Amino acid sequence: MNRGLRDFHGGIHPPENKDLSTQVAIETAPIPDKLVLPLQQHVGQQSKALVSEGDYVLKGQLIAAAEGYVSTALHAPTSGVIASIQNASIPHPSGLSGSCIIIESDRKDEWGKRLQPLDYEKVDVSELLKRIREAGIAGLGGAGFPTSVKLNPSAENTIVTLIINAAECEPYITADDMLMRERSEQVIKGIQIIAHMLKPVGCLPVECLIGIEDNKPEAAETLEQTVKQLHLEHEISVVRIPTKYPSGGEKQLIQILTGKEVPNGGIPADVGIVCQNLGTAVAVYKAVALGEPLISRITTLTGRALEHPKNLEVLIGTPIRSLLNHCGLQQIKLNRLIIGGPMMGVTINDLDTPIIKSTNCVLASTSEELPNPTPQQACIRCGMCAEACPASLLPQQLYWYSKTKDFDKALNHNLLDCIECGACTYVCPSHIPLVQYYRFAKGEIRAQEHDHTKSEHAKQRFEARQHRLAEEAAQKEAKRRERSKAAKLRQQKATIPPHNSESESNSEDKAAVIQAALERVKSKKDKTSKLTPEVSNGSAAREEE
Amino acid sequence: MSIVSAILVLLLLAMVFGAVLGFAAIRFRVAEDPIVDQIDNILPQTQCGQCGYPGCRPYAEAIANGDAINKCPPGGESTIQELADLLGREVIPLDAEQGIEEGKTVAYIREAECIGCTKCIQACPVDAILGAAKLMHTIIIDECTGCDLCVDPCPVDCIEMVPLRKTAKNWYWQHPEIEVELNRKELITSDKIAGEADRENAA
Ligand code: SF4
Ligand code: SF4
Ligand code: SF4
Ligand code: SF4
Repeated sequence: MNRGLRDFHGGIHPPENKDLSTQVAIETAPIPDKLVLPLQQHVGQQSKALVSEGDYVLKGQLIAAAEGYVSTALHAPTSGVIASIQNASIPHPSGLSGSCIIIESDRKDEWGKRLQPLDYEKVDVSELLKRIREAGIAGLGGAGFPTSVKLNPSAENTIVTLIINAAECEPYITADDMLMRERSEQVIKGIQIIAHMLKPVGCLPVECLIGIEDNKPEAAETLEQTVKQLHLEHEISVVRIPTKYPSGGEKQLIQILTGKEVPNGGIPADVGIVCQNLGTAVAVYKAVALGEPLISRITTLTGRALEHPKNLEVLIGTPIRSLLNHCGLQQIKLNRLIIGGPMMGVTINDLDTPIIKSTNCVLASTSEELPNPTPQQACIRCGMCAEACPASLLPQQLYWYSKTKDFDKALNHNLLDCIECGACTYVCPSHIPLVQYYRFAKGEIRAQEHDHTKSEHAKQRFEARQHRLAEEAAQKEAKRRERSKAAKLRQQKATIPPHNSESESNSEDKAAVIQAALERVKSKKDKTSKLTPEVSNGSAAREEE
Repeated sequence: MSIVSAILVLLLLAMVFGAVLGFAAIRFRVAEDPIVDQIDNILPQTQCGQCGYPGCRPYAEAIANGDAINKCPPGGESTIQELADLLGREVIPLDAEQGIEEGKTVAYIREAECIGCTKCIQACPVDAILGAAKLMHTIIIDECTGCDLCVDPCPVDCIEMVPLRKTAKNWYWQHPEIEVELNRKELITSDKIAGEADRENAA
């Protein structure tokens, strides 16, 4: 199909190195002895573990539930025993550990109760959304945003276009490529379901575009054939786009395919578009049509430190070490191990880090392939970075502001629009790690924002406490005054010579005491009725103590 | 004659514009936060008193009256920067007399040793401690500002300040120059990829 394609600003052409891992078909990785499942595999709130040590779980069984709206469920990828729930290495640039469920597999790979397969055309959209949430699907490329949230756009945005991101623009990665070549039917059916869900009742079906870089002709052809076989030519179009990094960036792909620009700080739904990853479509198909939760994915194992680079269907939670061994890792050659691609991935040091839902690639690189960073030199203001930037930013300016911690200026130059694609770093002749400066600046800005909300909160609590203390002091003062008044009264009584009968004096004494008590109660009542509306949360909690 | 009329016209114009401007100044006055509030909003609200004042607001008042802007250790460099921007003053390093800028901490009560005296509750400016007389007390970490004020009053010394734990959620990259010093080779992932194309180019 020939569409008027637009170009985006900048972009680069790094060596692709894709044929490394496309020589053989997708293989199923062996089931490892131990699976490590981080509770945080997605953007949003950490999932909540539902199992405890020693429990026996079956394949596909729910082991952690979504906590909150932006969160996902987690399922046992194979049958086995929960060995522990502890901190373990997670794929994160910090190298810190996170809370993980560890399963010792019993190698039987026995399925538990599967979810009921659904016929997507017969059931309600809300039912489908619920299924996608139950199946724990989070974006299979990129940051891992919970899919059910993305497919539930707010009412004011009418979705007219569904874009399936099959650009796979980063060097080395071929997981989506192989998926399209080998499982095109699942891909297309998954897309059908997603398109169906976005279709407003009684409206035309949404336009559905699969954006694919023209360096994957085989995959594109297979998809086109499948589309024809299923008679979907009018609904789904496969669009070949020129190969250029980072055409797979969400905003960039939207611009290429539709010419629309997503506003600063906005989301694609603002311009009537939903963008989904190709792998996610397959996961949706499996969840809806087969009733299988997201427990495995296709991951590319590549790099010249591997003897047999290839694509593997791996269980979520498989430690990378076992996969590397399966692909013939040559330990001496290994220099840098990267999760994700060479442009945007993160380097990890621990081979026991597990595969998570968004791990599309493991790159075991040699030092010739990805040399260690060259020392940085001064910026020569050549402007090449600005030419390469796909977000049309001024990387060189941003670099100065980030370096000197002038964050206000960096923000004014739209630092937050930077997609951290690394194109600027790639072209910089002075080897300045530009992206690192932006990452640092963004982190610092976010931390400062967090501090501000926190200090605002602390101030409120402090003021509430001051207020409460003042009230308490006033109350005490009032009580003290009353007591002294009562005491005086009693003294006066005492000075008056006693009457003939004792009972009389007693009763009078009593009357005075009762009077004083009544007064006290009354004044207290007044105080509290004045107080209550102003008592803030904090002090209310304290009063309960 | 023409000179007189020219002067008169100019005079009239001046009066009209003066009146318009004067009216606009009153009518469209922007009500700004008093400066003390603005300063107070920048201060970290830890209420620790390290600045020598009994809390952040008194210090904000003191700054408004001309005190130095570098006396708040919990705020540190970034607070000084912001204050300098707001007040048009020079950025100066933190006054070492008041202490140094340290990483964030939270209080931790060794619960087994707590005798339930409630002294720490009385000291905490933000009500971050839960407990009752003669019962164990504990800190609500999310509310604790790390001000240190509960440590001294404790008669059995069971409160300590521990650094706030770094997690994958609150972690972020350090300044690249520091990362270089730490010799983290993961510094530049997106560096040159020496693939076939490059080698061909070189050849
Ligand atoms: S490419 Fe590098 S040297 Fe050139 S202007 Fe940008 S930062 Fe400076
Ligand atoms: S990393 Fe950011 S600044 Fe650099 S090219 Fe990409 S979007 Fe532009
Ligand atoms: S040193 Fe800073 S945080 Fe502590 S009371 Fe003074 S202004 Fe507030
Ligand atoms: S718990 Fe202690 S350190 Fe934390 S805010 Fe209260 S008094 Fe300060």
